[in-house]
Amino acid sequence: MSQILDAKGIERAIARIAHEIIERNKGADDLVIVGIRARGDYLAARVAEVIESIEKVSIPVGVIDITLYRDDLQVVLEQPVVHKTEIPFDIEDKEVILVDDVLNTGRTARAALDQLMDFGRPRSVQLAVLVDRGHRELPIRADYVGKNVPTAKGQRVVAHVQEVDGVDEVVVEKDLPRRRS
Amino acid sequence: MKLKSRHLLGLEEMSAEEIGLILETAESFKEILERPIKKVPALRGLTVANLFFEPSTRTRFSFELAEKRLSADTVSFSTASSSVKKGETLMDTVKNIEAMKIDQVVIRHSAPGAPHFLAANIGASVINAGDGAHEHPTQALLDLFTLRQKYGRLDGLRVVIVGDIAHSRVARSDIWGLKTMGASVAVCAPKTLLPLDVSQMGVDVFIDLDPAIEGADVINVLRLQRERQSQGLLPSPREYHRRYGVTLERLAGAKKGLTIMHPGPINRGLEITPEVADGPYSVILDQVLNGVAVRMAVLFLLSGGEGGIREEAEVRGEAGIQ
Repeated sequence: MSQILDAKGIERAIARIAHEIIERNKGADDLVIVGIRARGDYLAARVAEVIESIEKVSIPVGVIDITLYRDDLQVVLEQPVVHKTEIPFDIEDKEVILVDDVLNTGRTARAALDQLMDFGRPRSVQLAVLVDRGHRELPIRADYVGKNVPTAKGQRVVAHVQEVDGVDEVVVEKDLPRRRS
Repeated sequence: MKLKSRHLLGLEEMSAEEIGLILETAESFKEILERPIKKVPALRGLTVANLFFEPSTRTRFSFELAEKRLSADTVSFSTASSSVKKGETLMDTVKNIEAMKIDQVVIRHSAPGAPHFLAANIGASVINAGDGAHEHPTQALLDLFTLRQKYGRLDGLRVVIVGDIAHSRVARSDIWGLKTMGASVAVCAPKTLLPLDVSQMGVDVFIDLDPAIEGADVINVLRLQRERQSQGLLPSPREYHRRYGVTLERLAGAKKGLTIMHPGPINRGLEITPEVADGPYSVILDQVLNGVAVRMAVLFLLSGGEGGIREEAEVRGEAGIQ
């Protein structure tokens, strides 16, 4: 197991992503942020916090649970735990920033996009990830990337956040069983 | 955590952890019912058959809605329009359904144990939607869910079930489910409508309504099944109403924050008066909405991958089981 981002590194990456979001969208009007469970939601809140402190506006933050939109529900060993999706605001005609911890195959992002579209028709959806590790299986790319990390397929990249895991870091693990989240 | 069985036949054999998992999952599904598009693709590609050998509006509607909200394909029949009328046996009906590659079967039948018979004989996963006077597990689950949403817990609640306990599958499932989750349960009915084995169910028994209401957090009022009253178990509906009807006057001495439940359909003015059924204590319409969320949770948890219905079906297909 080796650490590829520490707490300071995550903080810097989030600060930079927040700045890029503001720059690309020319401010924070019509911006809403939606984090993908089970780590992206905490990162989303942090990105929103940075943008709010810079732009002095309040940014709606939602949480999306993609379980029911997964494409492997009929394949996995047991049904994953379903958590709530909470998007308590209208996304119609908004610039939606989807936030996730690690971008790998792109299947999670696909599921999140499908679900998002069931909530309305955003003006645009942009994807922000803390780590992009390659190995895409779908034509999906991130608009904002904290760190690009070339990895082997057998490896796993895991983000830990203070709120759940007690520590902020991103680590590379070797061939461990999948985390249930 | 997963369910031990791939069938939902009753609550008697379920653990608190399993019931907890279903209730927890239902919380997430309830949110879907508030969305502009109330549909998720979780059961896409699965086919569910609803076999209603007994009349039902609410339960059947609720199951069908739950299936559609999960994107399953559904086929339904009720006895009135099926070949059961032409004398087909349950086993034959089932074999035919199986031949059509159904993944899940929801069954209501007048014979206790019919879903168990089905579960033992087909590859699909079976959900009991009411079997005779035995169990109606999804009704009890939605009762538990509704109470948990209101109180935030089930343990320590005092629930009184009033009405025809002997003929009620809802009462049985409720008693087992509530007790497993730590609630204390009492039943209240005339002696003729109490099952002979009632003392073995671990519930307090009341013959009079007033002492039963005292101290109750929840009163679950059962429908007086008029169609089952031909054996002379009751002098008259009027007398039943006088002694067991839940009225506002009767509730005068009840606890504050009391909850009134009813599994429907209501005989207004018989087991419950309209003022009570439509009053502030009543959660009857919450029960109906929650029923869809709970059934979605059950359908979802019983579906699934390896070791679930898909693999089973393949294994059975290869073995050519008749």
